[in-house]
Amino acid sequence: MKGVLKKISQINFGLMSPEDIRTMSVTKIVTPDTYDEDGYPIENGLMDPRLGVIDPSLKCRSCGSKGGDCQGHFGSINLARPVIHVGFADTLHKILRSTCHTCGRILLTDSEIVDYKGKFEYLMNNEDSLTNIIKEIYTVARRDKCPHCEEEQEDVKIDKPVSLVEGNYKLTPSEVRERLEIISDEDALLLGVNPEVARPEWMILTVLPVPPVTVRPSITLETGERSEDDLTHKLVDILRINQRLKENMEAGAPQLIVEDLWELLQYHVTTYFDNEASGVPPARHRSGRPLKTLAQRLKGKEGRFRSNLSGKRVNFSARTVISPDPYISINEVGVPDLIAKEVTVPVHVTEWNMEEMKECIRNGSDVHPGANYVIRPDDRKIRIYEETKEAVIDKLEPGFIVERHLKDGDIVLFNRQPSLHRMSMMAHEVRVLPYKTFRLNLCVCPPYNADFDGDEMNMHVFQTEESRAEAKTLMRVQEHILSPRFGGPIIGGIHDHISGAYLLTRESATFTEEQAFQILRKAKMAIPDRTGETWSGKQIFSLLLPKDLNMVYKAEICRKCDECLKRECKNDAYVVIEDGQLLSGVMDEKAYGAFAGKILDHIVKEYGTDRAREFLDASTKLAISGIMKAGFTTSTNDEEIPLEAKERIEIHLHKAEEKVDQLIEAYENHELEALPGRSLEETLEMKIMQVLGEARDKSGEIAESYFDINENHAVIMALTGARGSMLNLTQITACVGQQSVRGGRIDRGYNERTLPHFRKGELGAKARGFVHSSYKEGLDPIEFFFHAMGGREGLVDTAIRTAQSGYMQRRLVNALQDLNVKEDGTVMDNRGVIIQTTYGEDGVDPAKSDYGKVVDLDKLIDEMRIKSGK
Amino acid sequence: MQETIEKVTKVVKKKRAKFPESYIHDIALAAERHDLDDDELDELVRRVKRAYERAKVEKGEAVGTVAAQSVGEPGTQMTMRTFHYAGVAELNVTLGLPRLIEIVDARKKISTPTMAIYFEDEFKNDEEFVRTIANKIGKSNVNDILQDFHVNFAEMNVVAELDETKIKDKRLDFTDIINRVEKTFKKAQIDNNILSFVPSKSNIRELRLLADKVRDLQISGVKNIGKVVIRKEEDEWVIHTEGSNLGAVLKMEGVDKVRTTTNDIHEVEKVLGIEAARNAIIHEAQRTMDEQGLTVDVRHIMLVADMMTADGSVKSIGRHGISGEKASVLARASFEETGKHLLRASIRGEIDHLTGIIENIIIGQPIPLGTGSVGVVMKHK
Repeated sequence: MKGVLKKISQINFGLMSPEDIRTMSVTKIVTPDTYDEDGYPIENGLMDPRLGVIDPSLKCRSCGSKGGDCQGHFGSINLARPVIHVGFADTLHKILRSTCHTCGRILLTDSEIVDYKGKFEYLMNNEDSLTNIIKEIYTVARRDKCPHCEEEQEDVKIDKPVSLVEGNYKLTPSEVRERLEIISDEDALLLGVNPEVARPEWMILTVLPVPPVTVRPSITLETGERSEDDLTHKLVDILRINQRLKENMEAGAPQLIVEDLWELLQYHVTTYFDNEASGVPPARHRSGRPLKTLAQRLKGKEGRFRSNLSGKRVNFSARTVISPDPYISINEVGVPDLIAKEVTVPVHVTEWNMEEMKECIRNGSDVHPGANYVIRPDDRKIRIYEETKEAVIDKLEPGFIVERHLKDGDIVLFNRQPSLHRMSMMAHEVRVLPYKTFRLNLCVCPPYNADFDGDEMNMHVFQTEESRAEAKTLMRVQEHILSPRFGGPIIGGIHDHISGAYLLTRESATFTEEQAFQILRKAKMAIPDRTGETWSGKQIFSLLLPKDLNMVYKAEICRKCDECLKRECKNDAYVVIEDGQLLSGVMDEKAYGAFAGKILDHIVKEYGTDRAREFLDASTKLAISGIMKAGFTTSTNDEEIPLEAKERIEIHLHKAEEKVDQLIEAYENHELEALPGRSLEETLEMKIMQVLGEARDKSGEIAESYFDINENHAVIMALTGARGSMLNLTQITACVGQQSVRGGRIDRGYNERTLPHFRKGELGAKARGFVHSSYKEGLDPIEFFFHAMGGREGLVDTAIRTAQSGYMQRRLVNALQDLNVKEDGTVMDNRGVIIQTTYGEDGVDPAKSDYGKVVDLDKLIDEMRIKSGK
Repeated sequence: MQETIEKVTKVVKKKRAKFPESYIHDIALAAERHDLDDDELDELVRRVKRAYERAKVEKGEAVGTVAAQSVGEPGTQMTMRTFHYAGVAELNVTLGLPRLIEIVDARKKISTPTMAIYFEDEFKNDEEFVRTIANKIGKSNVNDILQDFHVNFAEMNVVAELDETKIKDKRLDFTDIINRVEKTFKKAQIDNNILSFVPSKSNIRELRLLADKVRDLQISGVKNIGKVVIRKEEDEWVIHTEGSNLGAVLKMEGVDKVRTTTNDIHEVEKVLGIEAARNAIIHEAQRTMDEQGLTVDVRHIMLVADMMTADGSVKSIGRHGISGEKASVLARASFEETGKHLLRASIRGEIDHLTGIIENIIIGQPIPLGTGSVGVVMKHK
């Protein structure tokens, strides 16, 4: 951050004239060879030392600076005959078609010229896109007769990639160039060539710039062999043919041979620019790999633009496997000491931190709160070694910068790819911990979409005070509890946090004072005064709630009864919190779960993000100690149902299958009535699907009726929203149900049947992929096969979906990224076009809203009335 | 109701709050629902004002990126399959991610165009009327009204006997049908409801082709519309169609011009204009999301729709639309078709003013958004 910061205000694009290229060139390249026998670069060869140096020990012969500082200098090749630049072949074709081949004027009448000129000026003054008007001119100016010299015009065709054919005669680049030269500047402008920066004839190359060696460095293999860059290879080809062409021309070789060589030169120059141009066989390496030439370097995902300019590799970053740590706060990250000793924070030495920094240097680079480098005011960077430590400490004075190790409390950026939304990159506080993984609180798994099956994450350390300040105010985890997507919490309790809270707060949970205090102690909460009474779980949980919190809502376990009994709810699903006391209802996903937590949501909005962080840290810890007190496990025993239930399910499924057979019979006897707008076959399929769907649901319901939420942990998890669903459970116990491919029953495989085990044309439940068994009983081979079919479709679907939605998101972000709210509340893009006069029609930030609304009026009124005592 | 709105407007004015109209409406509704007295209303407005001020967007906020992420991120959670339209099992409608991509792409030809046609109050319960209209809109061909049809190889002709009950059932006009037949088949012989046709060349191949042609002859229907389904929804009759032609349907008598819609955004633009197209984009995108059980704030979708329609025509998100028409060369080159944009910029002498995000990232300058959109000016001492 030293010196004057210069700002680039604009970049002008233009074509280089042959003269420009020659002036820029430091040397003419003539010899196609690179190095001589001794391994020295040949003068006037492609590795001419005047083109710049890479080796830091050498000095550049053109600019005198050392390798690394010298950015290289261009050379040039004089082409024996002009060639067409591939990228402009299309434009050249259009220009030739729109100009008179004798007088060189544009094929527009004078009035049209005046007309278009006006439009052009208008557009150029506004810096609007010229694409449309140029396209229009190209179509209008396609005349059979020149309006200026009355000459008949022959149509020019393009033979991809670069041949321009007039009638039956193929124009040589020289002829094309002659025609372009006589086009006046005014006409050129209308043809889309801005005379201020380009001339049409410059699109035909007479001299070729040779990029400096820094652009095409050669690599030395382990064997000592030199391997040249693809561009160098291509330039060698060009030089070789250019040389031969020149010799042949000077020797007065027959026209045919010269033309052949000319074509060849054109080919090499073409592939030098773009090796994927349509109609040209790509130039290949000896191994058969197509060469990566100029266009390929820039283009695409791995190209210069997307890979090196829009995204860059950085220092002060780390990546490792993640693992959970429920004892650190949500806005912390556990950083392995190994990493903490490698990535550093630059600290400006002042009189106040002098001692601290000296201590760091004394620790050196191997002991944790140490330092790795010291930067002197003259920008020299000194590594701290055991031997040099003392000397460095002696010299240390204000103005130095010490690159010290990462320590507890530093703020870092933490990220998991794919970074689909802004919550994929959040600022955390460092906690240096032993071992080799990043540790994170489980509540931040949902925003990162992380799990611990081997996921890795990245960490970046801020290097400036501004960035730290910005991160601290904008990027900290607690600032992102509410998702801007829907204005609700995206960070919150998951899995055991939820079942734990349920176990703790359900009606039957009562504890002796000792037990209650044990739980509180384990959760690292303050122990209240002894009262000697038994505690209910609800009382324990109430200790965490803000003292003036008033809320009423229905919990996740709510069964949506026809008539709500409110506080008398049998399932204890009606949550009432008055003045911070949980009076009825259980805590589950709706309380503080990610995506659903109402209490959490309320706390963030009413009490601020810091309070919400504290609440989340404390409540998850309490839930964990609660679950540890009660004990929690699940096994297939949870999916056990009595024989009686199994029989009922069996009878039910049997009935459904019979019903399917009846439907098929009706269909075969032509008794089935088609639904409006559907064929008979479709109607049958739909009805069968419906019957089988209901059969699965009903058998599930039967199984469910034997489950008891008070004893069955799997059911607790499903109902509280901790993990799994009732559907999962019923599929394990009762019946897996219909397998589908492409949204219908399975009907593919053999001719007219799915498997050879069935008769042709059989339509029964089993023959079309209905899985009658449950997962626990096990599937028979046929069912297993159908199940695998359905499963495979799911996998393929996911793979395709990720690719498609990824591309859609890239396009969306690219289209919208320049939008920005201005001071007056309007939304404008970078052209200055107003997109919205008020953001979102009311100027409300969805991330600060209450599920899209400014406030929930009903909630507000309820609150008001509670406060005023009504 | 009107009274309460006025009352609320007065209170709002007194509190010097600047609420959008919809808020006043909502407050009035809530006031009536809870039967608020004047003091309570005062307090409510005060609180809403405070909440409103707190919830305002910050200046410089990168709303575009947030909107794009909010619309794009749930894409990973969407299904790929075409499902039945909620309620209308008879029609297939593209939903999920493919539909969302279709909307964002602003495709000219969408994969499953469909309309929901509503009727004006006086007709909406008139089943007979709705059925007549439905048959006028829906496509039917000769095959649908045949009683008997045979290809007579001996006499080399095709004989079709029309079924009057079917015609009546479909509420078609007999003379209309005859006119249509005569128009297409000049040589048809018509004897009441028996039509016979002779092929132009007397061979079996021609005869068979003719038979198919006769059967496929369309006798009624609006262009581009295929199947129609009539449904009773709540307390009125609604027609759902496969295929869409908003312009023609809106001209029909009795059709509710306000509620009748299509899911074809370009058609909405053509018939009703750009503002309607914007609403159609919002509505369709929102519906696609809701149907998948994903909640995305309308404001994000609004911004996408506004961006797509800002220049007066529906433009796609992508290289042929917004991204391809950006002012900055570098922004275009870094998106797609790198070479094309750079070459074009060079001969046109384009100038990149580096006002966008991507350009500034490329050249390594702070981006003009959020913190970067403000500067600090120091007073020289």
